[in-house]
Parts: sequence; C-alpha cells; structure tokens
Amino acid sequence: MQTHKAKRVEITIEAVMQSRLTDALKKAGVTGYTVLPVLGGSGKSGEWSRAGQVSRASGMVQVICIIRPERLDGLLEGAFAVVERHIGVVSVTDCDVLRAERF
Amino acid sequence: MENLFSLAADNLVSPIILSFVLGVAASLARSDLSIPEAAAKALSIYLLFAIGFKGGVSVAAHGIDARLGLALLAGIILSAALPLVAFGLLRLMTAMSRLDAAAVAAHYGSISIVTFVAATSVLESRGIAAEGYMVAVAAAMEAPAILSALWLVARGGGGDSKGMDGALMREIMLNGSIVLLVGAFLIGWATGEEGLAEISSFIVSPFKGVLCLFLLDMGLVAGRGLRQGGGILTPSVLAFGVLMPLIGAAAGLATALALGLTPGGVTLMMVLSASASYIAVPAAMRVALPEANPSLYLTLSLGVTFPFNLTLGIPLYVAVAQALTGG
Repeated sequence: MQTHKAKRVEITIEAVMQSRLTDALKKAGVTGYTVLPVLGGSGKSGEWSRAGQVSRASGMVQVICIIRPERLDGLLEGAFAVVERHIGVVSVTDCDVLRAERF
Repeated sequence: MENLFSLAADNLVSPIILSFVLGVAASLARSDLSIPEAAAKALSIYLLFAIGFKGGVSVAAHGIDARLGLALLAGIILSAALPLVAFGLLRLMTAMSRLDAAAVAAHYGSISIVTFVAATSVLESRGIAAEGYMVAVAAAMEAPAILSALWLVARGGGGDSKGMDGALMREIMLNGSIVLLVGAFLIGWATGEEGLAEISSFIVSPFKGVLCLFLLDMGLVAGRGLRQGGGILTPSVLAFGVLMPLIGAAAGLATALALGLTPGGVTLMMVLSASASYIAVPAAMRVALPEANPSLYLTLSLGVTFPFNLTLGIPLYVAVAQALTGG
C-alpha cells in the first residue's frame, strides 16, 4: 500500500496550558491534533499522578499532531513560544501515513 | 476557653473530620484507596450547588441590606491585602525566593471553598445563623489575591512574569467553581423557601454525608501531597502555614466586627480570610508564574493550612466570634 512521509509531534504539557497550545497550533496552520489525558509519570519535578489531583493545575495532557514535514518548523516555533517556560516534553518522530491529503 | 475546648473536641470527633483523617492516614500508609476523578468532581459540584443555593435562599428570606455591598468590598480588599502580609512574612521567616513567596502569598489571599463549606456545616449543626450572602463574598475573594501576587513579582523586577492577560482573567473569573457557586446562589435567591422545599431532600439531608466523602478524597490528596512534597516543609515554612491563617482570621475578625455581622457571619469572614486556595490560584500561578515551585504552594495550602483550619481553626474561629459578638 502507498504510504507518505510525515512528522509526528508529541507535546506533553500542563493541562492549564492546553488551550493556549492548541490555539498556537491552529495559528501555525495545524488543523488536526489529538489531546490525550496523561495518567501520571516522573520527571525533573518529581513523581506525580493524575489520580486524586484536587486541582487541574497539577494535571498533564499530551497533544499529538501528525503533519507534513514542510510544516514542522512553523509548528515548533508556535508551540515553543507556549511551552518554553513550562514543565513538559516536546518530541518529533518520523512516521508514515496512508492518506497524505488528510495532513 | 471551656467553650473552645468543647467545640474543638466535638469538631475533632465529627464524621466530617474523621473522614478527612481517614483519607490522610490511608494515603500516608500508601493504601490504594481512591475516589474516582469523576466521582470527586460530582461531589464538589453537589457541594457548591447546595451551599450556593442555601445562601441564596437565606438572602431571599432575610432580604439584603447595605452590609452586603460592604461585605463584598471588604472581602475584595482582604483578598488583595492579605498576600502582601503573607509575602512579607514569608520573606522574613523563610529563605523562599521572591517569586515563590509571591506565588505562595497569592494562595493565602484567596479562599478555600471546602473550608468554607465545612465551617458552614459546623455553624448549622450548632444552630448559629450566618448571612447567606457570605457565599457571594467567598466568590468575590477568589481572584484579587492573584493580582496582588503578580504585582509583587512585577514590582521586584519580575520581567519574566507573564502577568495577567485577558484569557487568564477570563479563566479565573469564569472558573467553574465560581460560576456554579454564584449561579446556584442566584437560583436560591430567585426561588426562595419554596424552591428549597422542592429540592431540600436532595440538597439538605444528604449534604453532610456527601461532605464526608468529599473530605475523604481531600484527605487522600492532602496525604499524597505531604508524602511527595513533605521534604520542602522546613520548620519555618511549616510555621508560616499555621501562623498565616491565624493572621488572616484576625484580619477577617476585625473586618467582620466593623461591619457588624452576626456571629455566624463573623466566623465565615474569619474562615475565608484564614483559608488558602488550592484550586483556582494554583492553576493561575502555573500560567502566570510557571517558574514558581508548585509543590511548595500546593503542599503548604493543602497539606498544612487546610488540615489546620479544618481541625483546629474552625472551632477556634467559632469560639472567638461567639465570645466577641455575645452570640
């Protein structure tokens, strides 16, 4: 089956910053993304878990977008302006997609 | 003094406090006991709706007077001023950075609605009346403290502070808790005693049972916070977490006495001034001051000040309010 090269960007960020990040992605021309809840983890700021958090200030979400390679720089610039000072991880991986017109 | 000890003893063995203690103990013992996230959210919606509605009904029954406007104004001023005191105290007592101290200070100007709900429950069980509009005062005290904290950072040359943009202001003012509390208050006010009679079997009778479950969850969260963030609680930071609510309560007491509130109203103003936020303000601080240490302000507010107010603070504030108002 015919596949097409694409970039998969995963941004794990504080839940309070979610709408700011997705707004920045839209501004950068990204029309499709998926938001997933994060159950917990451990990092530079220590261990944490979503269970029982009284405040969404402590929660994290993961925003995933798959885009054409030529759109990557614009996306990263827009996303970095939001995530720069916040707890989180941004990663980019190569992937293949089946229907290129959708990205 | 006898009254204070009796109140404290009654409070400590109430199902509400014991539920909280169970939560803390289970969490510290690393039990897997947990309240599902959606259930905890539903419990908090129930409590906010019930407390807002009952406040509105009380205003409908007793009418409004000039004190309502003055109490709202006083609440806003207290919320804006207490962070300045907290900030000064933190810089004096602890080695906290200016940024961390400002973020912590914001929490102590804002309020804990669960502490307010618990105090209301204590007042009800003791038959002490309070002004229904104190619910509106609680809502008004949520945000000004955040502005004070951002001002403190900006004043110290905090060029990195993101400050208060329009989106953040909207998020704070239209925070779900505030909208629900104020909305239920208005519904209660509009429908009065008749409205309450229609739904009292839902919002009056089960109230304390629901509060027990919610405080069990709060205990679990507080215990987890202490377990994970306990290391940051140096003796001076811990002392601040107990001293600041007493200072806040004293400021609330003086304000409420000047306004001529009832013993219940005085107690609630003390509770609001003594309590520290752990929902709205942490979210605002993560957006506006992301470099401030969240485990510092969450552990202090939720792990130290909240349990202190719940177990010892509330009976103390009730006893002082009764003694000084003759109630």
